[in-house]
Amino acid sequence: MFARALDELHRRSGARLLAQLIRRIGRFDVAEDALQDAFARALATWPAQGTPANPEGWLMRVALNRAIDQLRHERLQLPDGEAVLAALECGVAELDVAGGDAHWPDERLKLIFTCCHPALAPAAQVALSLRTLCGLTTAEIARAFVEPEATTAQKLVRAQRKIAAARIPYAVPGAETLQERLATVLAVIYFVFNEGYAASASPALMRVDLCEEAIRLGDLLAELMPGEPEVLGLQALMAFHHARRATRSSPEGELVTLEAQDRARWDAGAIAAADAVLKRAIAMERPGPYQYQAAIAALHAKAACAEDTDWAQIAVLYRALQVHLDTPVIDLNAAVALAMAGHLEAGLARIDALERGGALARYHLLHAARADLLRRAGRPAEARAAYGRALTLVQNAAERAYLERRLAALPEPHAGAAHP
Amino acid sequence: MEYLLLIYADEKAWSTLSKDEVGQIMAAYGTYTQELIAAGVMRGGSELAPTPTATTVRVRNGKTLTTDGPFAETKEQLGGYYLIDVPNLDEAIKWAAKIPSAASGSVEIRPQVDNS
Repeated sequence: MFARALDELHRRSGARLLAQLIRRIGRFDVAEDALQDAFARALATWPAQGTPANPEGWLMRVALNRAIDQLRHERLQLPDGEAVLAALECGVAELDVAGGDAHWPDERLKLIFTCCHPALAPAAQVALSLRTLCGLTTAEIARAFVEPEATTAQKLVRAQRKIAAARIPYAVPGAETLQERLATVLAVIYFVFNEGYAASASPALMRVDLCEEAIRLGDLLAELMPGEPEVLGLQALMAFHHARRATRSSPEGELVTLEAQDRARWDAGAIAAADAVLKRAIAMERPGPYQYQAAIAALHAKAACAEDTDWAQIAVLYRALQVHLDTPVIDLNAAVALAMAGHLEAGLARIDALERGGALARYHLLHAARADLLRRAGRPAEARAAYGRALTLVQNAAERAYLERRLAALPEPHAGAAHP
Repeated sequence: MEYLLLIYADEKAWSTLSKDEVGQIMAAYGTYTQELIAAGVMRGGSELAPTPTATTVRVRNGKTLTTDGPFAETKEQLGGYYLIDVPNLDEAIKWAAKIPSAASGSVEIRPQVDNS
């Protein structure tokens, strides 16, 4: 019971406590170790001694003392070590954690940019963000990414060591690199969201917890950087997707495509709120990939029924998006939009070209999209072959079941048909 | 904190450049080096002779084994370095990005271990 209460406390206050520790001692790794140590000590002593009146203050005091011990141990590395330690000890005496911290928004932003520093491996950026910004435990992160806990722990330790050894600054980047660095932060958040949205190796189609962590991070960033349109674009994009979460799978856990989803059960309030955020972003007149993707998601979310979807406008938005961000997956989506906008054969030709290009040849959704368009084009034999190819590549159980159903729903080939 | 900036570039491409092109790049390096000095962060640096001049040495069982060439064959070769003293990695990245060869080759930033 104490363990759960402490996990909850870690989620709620961990990032704030860590940021305050880093600000006081200037060392990410020492601060993180000290805070973990404080939580471990709380777990060992609170059950017997009772929860202190000010748990955060208790944790902060223990962590700061632990950090001072560590720094004293290393004091040869600090040029003015004794002065720093004296100042810190002074700080412990006058610690007031419960009180408002005027530095807090700024500190959180520094923490975000440190965790998402491009000098860290992308997987480490993600793990470190979930650990220090969302307060997830190492075990929770390992579970979310279906990897051994030791692997996650090692990623975190390596990242913390690199922050210390390479001296990755604990700072918000200057104006000249802000946009580049912000792009990394947004990529980390969107990656977390997508992991939750389409869990590749998980039996369930979605892991809502990761989606919600990403949304929380996006909301936080939007609150801290309200003048950055791409931040708002990402916030809106995730909100549009999340508003459809209740309808993306059937009660039996089967995948339901956008076309077949029950639109009455979409979260209309969330869609309206996302639309307002997107409008604010667009009004800033600095377009970018997240704003275009949000605008595409908005057209889907606001269509009263699947047939009303403005595919022509979506195809136009994909072309604009590709000026900013051109990945094979976006090219695939653009080809589907083109096909759905009435240019079925042109869209299919682009998908064929993409498959020949090789990058997506083993991507199950390319073959699934091709199969669906071939079905619409009245070419069931070719659709059958494409579904077969998609089925050999798909990993997620819900997606597999969906593809099997679509394959079974194709008209049976007649005996003696021209195409075997 | 001191960082070693290791400059990797394609030697073969370098050897095919015209005299004018080489002159331009060397001038850009001269300007860059002056900038480092003016900013007070320069601790050292040099261009290195190409890998055909490299020798690799290993000592095994007390015997010195000497072989021709660099330790590893790679597409880009170590061609020079700077040693700079800056407060943190972001500053080191800023300086590394200004190295003329960063536009065609790559620069590896290695923090120095402080054993003092």
